Amino acid sequence: MNILAEGQGDLVGWHDPDENRRWILENKPRDLRDKRMSASEAVQRFIRDGDFIAFGGFGHIRVPMALVYEIIRQRRRNLVMAGKTAVHDIDLLIGAGCVDRVEVAYAFGHELRGLSPAGRRAVETGQCSVVAEISNAGYQWRFLAGMMGIPFIPSRNMLGTDTLRHSACKVVSDPWSGKPVCLIPAANPDVAMFHVPRCDRYGNAQIDGIIVEDFELARAARRVIVTTEEIVEEDVIRSQPCRTVIPFYVVDAVCEVSHGAHPTLMPYLYFFDEEHIGEWLDVSQTCEGAQAYFEKYVFGVSDFEEYLERVGGVRKLDYLKQVEHLRAPMRAPWLKGKKG
Amino acid sequence: MATPVVEYTSTELLTAVASRLLEDKRSVLVGTGLPMIAALLAQRTHAPGLLIIFEAGGIGPRVPTLPISVGDSRTFYHAAAASSMHDVMSACQAGYVDYGFLGAAMIDVYGNVNTTVIGDWRHPTARLPGSGGANDIGSLCHRTIVLMRQDRRRFVERVNFVTTPGYLDGPGARQRAGLPESSGPYRVITQLGVYGFDEETKRLQLMARHPGVALDDVLANSACEILIPRKVETTAPPTADERRLLREIDPAGMVIGK
Repeated sequence: MNILAEGQGDLVGWHDPDENRRWILENKPRDLRDKRMSASEAVQRFIRDGDFIAFGGFGHIRVPMALVYEIIRQRRRNLVMAGKTAVHDIDLLIGAGCVDRVEVAYAFGHELRGLSPAGRRAVETGQCSVVAEISNAGYQWRFLAGMMGIPFIPSRNMLGTDTLRHSACKVVSDPWSGKPVCLIPAANPDVAMFHVPRCDRYGNAQIDGIIVEDFELARAARRVIVTTEEIVEEDVIRSQPCRTVIPFYVVDAVCEVSHGAHPTLMPYLYFFDEEHIGEWLDVSQTCEGAQAYFEKYVFGVSDFEEYLERVGGVRKLDYLKQVEHLRAPMRAPWLKGKKG
Repeated sequence: MATPVVEYTSTELLTAVASRLLEDKRSVLVGTGLPMIAALLAQRTHAPGLLIIFEAGGIGPRVPTLPISVGDSRTFYHAAAASSMHDVMSACQAGYVDYGFLGAAMIDVYGNVNTTVIGDWRHPTARLPGSGGANDIGSLCHRTIVLMRQDRRRFVERVNFVTTPGYLDGPGARQRAGLPESSGPYRVITQLGVYGFDEETKRLQLMARHPGVALDDVLANSACEILIPRKVETTAPPTADERRLLREIDPAGMVIGK
């Protein structure tokens, strides 16, 4: 195929499909096994320095934050992260010095809340580098090709733009129509992490609400860690198998962490903790502030339960449930400066 | 019928004018912030049959109050489907989505948008969030509408980084690049007026000024040449009804302000 244009971005997480098939054959068991373990053990066993990692959910929605804190606590370094609309998770991981390279679809911003001081500072000072650009659909199609076991997938986005010029994509002429078409390289991240409402001990995970790109990402990644609000009996899953988004054979670890997505939103269960997100946005204006935050909420607590106590405990968690169910108004410090 | 005289903010004006562009019984993919509130206003006024779609998978929700994110649970509240990004983006690529509704940090005369970086890409003066879904929306929807604040830093001759494609470097460029035939920027709406693109040159062209805005205001807030046709309309200000609905949609004042 004649290559018409080629992006200059680094190609991260790409494996020859045969190499990946071999890896799967050797490393992924097909039987039902009890995969329950603590979040701490899961991070210890499956995340190594230098890994290419990705989180499920979207922005501040259904992000496995207990694992984010655990990665910081265990001081992993030189991680490459998928900025597949990564917001709060990547901001903390960059601020804590765990992630130093990012492929960016969307990062360094908190949507309506404003831009992220920690992530931007790191990129603007060269402490963290952007290795490639891509778009949201582009990233998600990297995972689609990855889960399909094919080297790339054609698409019609990004063409003609600097996003493509700084991506790892190539442009060729479509052998059928003759029109230029973008080829998006597959991605098989080393580790993908998800937070779900319910999962059984074997890793059959169900998601309520939008699934974003978790279907593709879970199947594309080599290692998968699932944190769940609740580990349920196998029968609960099997009574409604149509709700299973991630099947057991792609999952390596199942960790029960109630409210494990806090301060991000868990559909139908709890809303964004805007006060906590606001606190981070405020203190992370300086490196010292960010470090003090980690001392207080990560290194200064022994586990996620203690963290939940520190952020406001039962009373706060109940309030977030009320907001999610539209029964209480949102409190958000960042609203103060908003002008019409 | 006389329009009642009301006081309004520039955000109210911008969102009201933008909402009127969305036709009933059409589909729109909506980005965070101003576009979201404008689409919700359209649905509560002239376009009850507007199909609102969010990139993270919310399809046809009955949005109760303004979402903070294009993925939060308000984006699939009582929705037709809580789906996936692959589903929604494929729908755009296949041709199901009529309008893409975007915000922007910086735009140029061909409607190219930059939301990635100010300065050199490797050594940025300011790092912005990147494409998100914007490139996909601007590449794949039939018509893209951009909502943004206008000033000399944001309205430029050429953006230093094309995150999302407008008409690239002019007539025919989108097609040469391989972008879908029926796609591209349609309108740009700012606090000063409404812009379209000249049929022949594909350059930014003023279509309407908001009430009280002088031609000089438009020029003073543009660091690029703006085509001014002989006839420039004046937009209608937001009605009392529209202003009330905007506050109903955004009771916390996240976008519309307090």
